[in-house]
Amino acid sequence: MSTIEAFAESLTQSARRFSPRLLLSELLLKQWFEPVVPFTVMIGLWLYFALTIPDYASVQNGLSLLRLFAEFGFVALAMGFCLISGGIDLSVGAIFALCNFAALFFLLVMEWPVGLVVVATLCVGAALGSINGLLIGFLKTRPFLTTLVTLIILRASVNLLNTGYAQVFATNSVDSDAWDFIGTGSVLGVPVNAAALFAVLLICHIFLSRSRYGWHLTAIGASRKAARHAGIRVRLMLFLTYVLSGSLCAASGIFYAARQASTDSTTGVGWEFQALTAVVLGGISLAGGKGTVWRAMIGALIVFLLINGLVRMGIPGYVTSAVTGMILLAAVGIDVKWSKNRGKAIQKIYVNPAYVAFSPAPSVQRGSASPFAQNDRLIHAQAIGLDQVEGPEDVIVDRQGRVYGSTRDGNVIRFSGENLEQREVFAHIGGRPLGMQFDRDENLIVAVAGMGVYGVAPDGRVFKVTDETNRTWYKLNDDSRLRMADDLDIAPDGKIYFSDCTTRYEMTTNTLDILEARPNGRVVCYDPKTRTTRTVINHFYFPNGVCVSHDGQSVLIASTSLCKIFRYWIEGPKKGKTEVLIDELPGNPDNINRASDGNYWLALVGIRTPTFDLSVRKPGFRLRMVKQVPTDEWLAPALNHGCVLKFNERGEALESWWDPTGISHSTLTSMREHKGYLYLGGLENNRIGRIKLDGVDESWTGYDAYWGDKSRVRG
Amino acid sequence: MRWPLASRSLAVPETAPRIPFNIPKPNQEQIVLLITIVLLVVFGFTLSGFATVSNLLNLLRSISILGVLGLGMGLIVISRGIDLSQVATLAGCWAIALIEMQRGVPVGAAVLLALAIALLIGVTNGVMVAFVEAPPLFVTLAAGFVIYGLAFWLAPAWVVYAPKDAAGLMFAGAGRLFGVPVPILVFAVSAIAMHLFLSRTSIGRFIYAQGDNPEAARLTGIPLRPLIVLEYALVAFLAWLAGLVWVGTTGSMQMAITQGTMIFDVVLVVVIGGISLIGGRGSVFSVVVGCILIGTLLNAFTIMDVNSEVQNIIKGVVLLAAIVLDNFLHPRDEETARQGD
Repeated sequence: MSTIEAFAESLTQSARRFSPRLLLSELLLKQWFEPVVPFTVMIGLWLYFALTIPDYASVQNGLSLLRLFAEFGFVALAMGFCLISGGIDLSVGAIFALCNFAALFFLLVMEWPVGLVVVATLCVGAALGSINGLLIGFLKTRPFLTTLVTLIILRASVNLLNTGYAQVFATNSVDSDAWDFIGTGSVLGVPVNAAALFAVLLICHIFLSRSRYGWHLTAIGASRKAARHAGIRVRLMLFLTYVLSGSLCAASGIFYAARQASTDSTTGVGWEFQALTAVVLGGISLAGGKGTVWRAMIGALIVFLLINGLVRMGIPGYVTSAVTGMILLAAVGIDVKWSKNRGKAIQKIYVNPAYVAFSPAPSVQRGSASPFAQNDRLIHAQAIGLDQVEGPEDVIVDRQGRVYGSTRDGNVIRFSGENLEQREVFAHIGGRPLGMQFDRDENLIVAVAGMGVYGVAPDGRVFKVTDETNRTWYKLNDDSRLRMADDLDIAPDGKIYFSDCTTRYEMTTNTLDILEARPNGRVVCYDPKTRTTRTVINHFYFPNGVCVSHDGQSVLIASTSLCKIFRYWIEGPKKGKTEVLIDELPGNPDNINRASDGNYWLALVGIRTPTFDLSVRKPGFRLRMVKQVPTDEWLAPALNHGCVLKFNERGEALESWWDPTGISHSTLTSMREHKGYLYLGGLENNRIGRIKLDGVDESWTGYDAYWGDKSRVRG
Repeated sequence: MRWPLASRSLAVPETAPRIPFNIPKPNQEQIVLLITIVLLVVFGFTLSGFATVSNLLNLLRSISILGVLGLGMGLIVISRGIDLSQVATLAGCWAIALIEMQRGVPVGAAVLLALAIALLIGVTNGVMVAFVEAPPLFVTLAAGFVIYGLAFWLAPAWVVYAPKDAAGLMFAGAGRLFGVPVPILVFAVSAIAMHLFLSRTSIGRFIYAQGDNPEAARLTGIPLRPLIVLEYALVAFLAWLAGLVWVGTTGSMQMAITQGTMIFDVVLVVVIGGISLIGGRGSVFSVVVGCILIGTLLNAFTIMDVNSEVQNIIKGVVLLAAIVLDNFLHPRDEETARQGD
């Protein structure tokens, strides 16, 4: 193949590997993705006005917009808190207007000092909020209607008071630097009210996301019942939420009073509606318990920019009203539908099968000269622990000849005695123990799906080896945790090489990863000297069996979804390189282990069929299958065969052992040679099998091959 | 041997003799009626010009608009919904129709146009509530703003006058039949029709079932979604009817009412009369008595020349009290309540 063809081939490969659906499904899972949408809208809106309104993009305009925005920002924040608590406060605009009046009244009529005015106004806001709080928190009335009515009452009160004092406000004025600063001052070039808003936002963010009471508030919004059962003082917290809302509106009113020094019947009219639109648009869910102060602000900025822009473009108020109403309708509809269907939507697009072309399958024709030819050599295997083990995925034999099996119930089961009839639970690890290997100190190191890599000392004590690796910085899915450690082996220098077969699925759903046929797995190395774990091969097609070669120079890795064996060099001139060792296999390879004659054993968990081979080239077919057909009717490789084969260092298959009936040894996943016997384990089997091997070294044990006198490591 | 034992255990215990003079516990409608009568008597003696035939007819006529709107609101509240866009529907559809009349569209066609607009609004609300499953409070609150904005865009005037020569149009608001002002008859006929609809038809019973327990209603096979759309369409139809009376009475349509507190008067009428916000309770009678009480109060306020802001405060406090009372009488499970309930 020429270089250009190779390049074209790799291009098509990457094009096939990229999937927008995959990207979207992983994006949607991200917490930060939801606010991205309103944020983009906000930026887009600003850009639109910047392009259509002259001088819009200037610093001067930005600062004056900020000064106009800040007061609305406070009100939207108040609304946001109420929505997060599962309620709503429609009286925010009226409280704001009344506090605006109160501040002017205290300053101009009572002639109090500015500090006292500020404190007194905040108290007024808190008191007005406490009315709502009392009604909603303690009398348990409906937040929406209650605050709608307090809105009418307060609005009418403001109008009454305005008519009484408008004259006084218009004629009186106060000469106070502090008051002027609140109204028109700047902090570091930023308008003082915007700076205050930012400070309040920071405090509120920390309160909401980092403090106990913020969590209580969110918990009440998410599930009031659960919050009560957890011992949260629901009524008091709700009461305080509305007090907080009133106080925030009061702060807004103070800045407005200082800036405008006037009050009329339109002050704050419709703000409750705009604030509600803003926070729902920002993504604070109506269902409660979800949202951040920043999302409230994003929504508030959108609504503010929109209304301000429409006014500047000379569009009449009623159009603005209609537009805001439509935005609220749309935002509410999207919120309701999205919070109901988010999980379903992600589930629907999460599985994304890819195109894979297998190499031709070698013949398994019975009686042919092929080394893969079917035979009956495993049918009469001796059963160990019949019905006493639940799916021994891997088996291993220690120096004393005791047999260990890693089972589905999270145990390592040990059989000992003359005929291996004595069963005991050697260790309970939890998770799904899979591949095993003894290290130099005879600790049994176990790869545990769902947990990581664990060790069991000879006395049965369980200890953790590692459960995380380095994160791939560009991946959306956090892949630092080990999801499904599958098989492991230990190099002469003590490094543990293990496969983590998927970073997108779990033990229970790993079939989906095989059907997806994407390089989601990886090979990871744990170095006991530095106690560090790092990924050595990222993006590997379902790595399964791992075996350090006899000479300790390389690691053999089985790829179940590609039906190939790879060799990864860990020493020597090719160190760090990966190459294909066996290209054509008749089935899906599982564990690889050393044989006494310097060759390797390989278990085939499934046997390839022409239909399955065809389906891997048809990603659309597999997608429809996963979506439309029940799990137990999915197309799979032939799982009712058991096959073990032997191959040499050059990757040539030598011999095979079959159980074509699938009665005693289907889905074979593991085999170990020990003193002239071959022990067999299977993912779904109810036994461990044993057959006598002819013409092999009957003193050979796995431990000696790694750490004793049978080792073939050179030098 | 077994039979007599079984029959004895299954024997129905004798019922205790009923106390002959137990006074039935008064329900909310009766209490409200009593308060109304007391108020009528008090105002009759204290306010000059209250207890005159012309004022009482005037009172009835003024509450008939409120009453027709209240019938719609009652219907939707019984079904556990609410429609805050009702007044906007009334004003919006008639403002557009009157503008079209001024531009020369025949009166009959314009009236039908108003009806079509109202029904379109009602169906849209219903679809948003039934199919998008958005909470009715949010939907109708937002719809109110949208209707106001769009109507003002199509009919850009705060007051739109009806053409002078459309006598038929004025009949519903200003006419008299057998000496009785037609608005009163409109209200009476609508009330009777609504009463028969709610209590004598299966759809009416379905609405009660829905308000009582929507999930149970759905599981019994009631087509809840089409039913909700129908309810909102009916509310809009009644808003159109109330608008017809309004146009006849005042000769114009004022867009300002969309910005006012009229919608809360309607909610007040309904809640005061005993149609609980929890749904499934109350009847047309509740609307009628609530309406008379509120109408009496409003009439008295007018005679006493109470500032409209003070009126708003009083109405607000009364509504708040009614909501608290309703919540006390018909407690809801606020732990499972959805936002906007």
